Amino acid sequence: MKFLRDNIDKIKPLFEKDGKLEKFYYPFEALETFLFAPDHTTPNKGAHIRDAIDLKRLMSTVIVAMIPCLIFGMWNVGLQHDLATGETTDFIGRLGMGAFKVLPIVIVAYAAGLGAEFVFSIIRKHPINEGYLVTGMLIPLVLPVDIPLWQVALASIFAVVIGKEAFGGTGMNILNVALTARAFLYFAYPTDISGEVWTYFGDADAIAGYTGATPLAIAAGAKGSVVEAFSQLSYLKGAPLFDMFMGYIPGSIGETSTLMCLIGAAVLILTGTGSWKIIFSGFAGAYIMGMVFNMASTGMDPNAEGAATFVSFMQMAPVYHLVMGGLAFGVVFMATDPVTASHTEKGKWIYGFLIGVLTVIIRVVNPAYPEGIMLAILIMNVFAPLIDHYIVQANKNRRLRRATV
Amino acid sequence: MSKTIKLKRGFDINLAGKADKKIASCPQPEVFAVKPLDFVGMQRPKVTVKVGETVKAGTPVLFDKKLETVMYTAPVSGEVVEIKRGLKRRVEEIKILADKEFAYEEFKAYGAGDIAGISREEAQEQLTKSGVWPQIIQRPYGIVANPADTPRDIFVSGFDSAPLAADYDFTLEGEEKYLQAGFDILAKFSGKAVKLGLKSGNDKVFKGLNNVEATYFDGVHPAGNVGTHIHKVAPINKGEVVWTVNPYGVAQIGKLFIEGKYDASKVIAVAGSEIKAPQHYKTFSGACINKFIENNMEQTNVRYISGNVLTGTRVEDKGFLGYYDSLFTVIPEGNEHELFGWALPTTSKLSFQRALGLFSWINRNKEYTLNTNTRGEARAFVQSGVLEKMVPMDLYPTYLLKSILAQDFENMEALGIYEVIEEDLALCEFVDVSKHKIQAILRQGLDLLQYS
Repeated sequence: MKFLRDNIDKIKPLFEKDGKLEKFYYPFEALETFLFAPDHTTPNKGAHIRDAIDLKRLMSTVIVAMIPCLIFGMWNVGLQHDLATGETTDFIGRLGMGAFKVLPIVIVAYAAGLGAEFVFSIIRKHPINEGYLVTGMLIPLVLPVDIPLWQVALASIFAVVIGKEAFGGTGMNILNVALTARAFLYFAYPTDISGEVWTYFGDADAIAGYTGATPLAIAAGAKGSVVEAFSQLSYLKGAPLFDMFMGYIPGSIGETSTLMCLIGAAVLILTGTGSWKIIFSGFAGAYIMGMVFNMASTGMDPNAEGAATFVSFMQMAPVYHLVMGGLAFGVVFMATDPVTASHTEKGKWIYGFLIGVLTVIIRVVNPAYPEGIMLAILIMNVFAPLIDHYIVQANKNRRLRRATV
Repeated sequence: MSKTIKLKRGFDINLAGKADKKIASCPQPEVFAVKPLDFVGMQRPKVTVKVGETVKAGTPVLFDKKLETVMYTAPVSGEVVEIKRGLKRRVEEIKILADKEFAYEEFKAYGAGDIAGISREEAQEQLTKSGVWPQIIQRPYGIVANPADTPRDIFVSGFDSAPLAADYDFTLEGEEKYLQAGFDILAKFSGKAVKLGLKSGNDKVFKGLNNVEATYFDGVHPAGNVGTHIHKVAPINKGEVVWTVNPYGVAQIGKLFIEGKYDASKVIAVAGSEIKAPQHYKTFSGACINKFIENNMEQTNVRYISGNVLTGTRVEDKGFLGYYDSLFTVIPEGNEHELFGWALPTTSKLSFQRALGLFSWINRNKEYTLNTNTRGEARAFVQSGVLEKMVPMDLYPTYLLKSILAQDFENMEALGIYEVIEEDLALCEFVDVSKHKIQAILRQGLDLLQYS
């Protein structure tokens, strides 16, 4: 290792001030600090020792938490392909097919986004932050498997430039960066990210009766009982609830399996990287809103003439909201983004809860958006500072009240 | 029945190299120094002695032109051998070559029974002339108190929860009568009993003292910080002034009145993983550290810290102990690269957090050897909530720090800047994943409010 260090030290002067490659200092530094933790020491006054954690470790913890979703997502790509085409492949075959489709998306998302980060660091002369390590993994996991790679690249660059760097970089952004990428694609190329885009067919054709609809689409279009509508679909092999929990359903690459998201949540919570308050209140908000809809629709007949199209959806048992679509993924990995979430502990309860509530409202009531989690998180990203404002204001008021002057 | 306040927030940093509870003998340092930089907020220091002059213990060597009544005096008698100046001729050290036998300036001595009869004015005059007054610190700002003020309350913390801190039950053993006299004198300034923070089972020297109102605190560091006690007992509001004194200062005040001399002797702990024999020594304020480290070091690439590892000041190998410090710490310097240091799993690096690969939470009782490496680079604020877990006060450190960085005076005040000084947010600096220099930022805010 001394050899490696010696060589880095040898070329380092080229990148330092007045060196030939001075303008590439920050990309060089990023690579250097990736290999070697820096030799920086604490100041002469103040805390002379520091906690062993740094942002790289914090961010890599989140990436590790997402790995179950990534691997399951790859396998599910193969599964959905088989269900759609009638083929039967073994576990390795499915995983291989998924990897073949998914890994290029991951690589493109990282390459394009990190490329944009590197360019920005050179232009704006600031260190490359580790935030994109997480974003680069989140973007592929919230996209459909058939997404064109150039769109992935474009969305990643858009997210870095407009979603983050325009606000000052990691730590300064208002909106979740990965969701900014998804929202960009949703509005710029809607046909490639909504509708029947969730299944990879390859050269094969769909078998008769296969629709490729996601549970959300089914629920939104159901007449009568939503649960019955679920059970009539070909991709659901067992109990609909169990299938949805496991993630054997069409959807974005990494978000279909609630179980994998919960494993990720366990990693985030046990390591203290993600806020359990946001995760818990997010699920609670969705469940409670589902119950509210249930109560509000008591006595309504979805089949009656003139009944609202979403009455069936309103009557669906709330537990389905927790396992269908991307709620679990969004609540676990996106709502917990520390930069864009509420920063105060009390605020986190409110923030998570409202994300859950809004997700269900958008899912059920808004005909334009089959999934609500993306919009719910983006909306709450904008409101998080307001929630914090009132909580911090209450703290200030407490201090003011006890003052006598 | 005293009240006990349980604190949930904070973190005990369990460092290797705790000082044995014995007072070892080593040759007394030859040189002692008074360092104006020890006194936060000293604006225009004026040296009153010249090189070559001889001084007694208690002879004024310095004062602040902005607070002329308060004298800073020589801790030992001897000859002024150097007045070290730094940039812009800033006075850094007034060095005194100590006599073998000390001569003391004479101040009025009182019998223990006469203390009650001393007026506030008499007490103030003796304290300010003798060099003991700077032991009294004013909050807000954490500066030397202004004798013209009448404090709302005076607070003393009877235990130190900082890493490797000396135990007052040991270092002040036998000084109970001086402590009592000190509390009696202090009570004259606020007109009421001194508010004393204690820890159960660690209050031997403070038991049975009068003129104090004790509150017990139960919890991890910063449970022993006087700022924590103030916040929990009677928080500082805008426009209020409270004073704080550390127990050593209280005893020194008592000694001044009972013995009539400025006695700068103190028992200090010499601790840290790089000290071969961590133990206590009896010396004097401002002692040169060279005798304590001679033949006592595990290695040479180390950092010498006057004070504790969270708030102390780095000193050179011939540097001097700070005026307020009763602890001298030596830890390894961390000026080295580490291959994949940010990623490798480890049980040897202490962390409050539990991100991947950090396993110190498995064994909190283990003693850790920590060096001065920052363990990462400076970044913008990213992680939320963790700083708040380090401060057992009802305030939001992250918002406070951001308001300081934005120079938002109104918010700084509203968010509680008057209630904190550096030591109160020192743990935040330790745990911060973004590696901000939090204490320096806080001082910047306090300076802004104080001087503008």
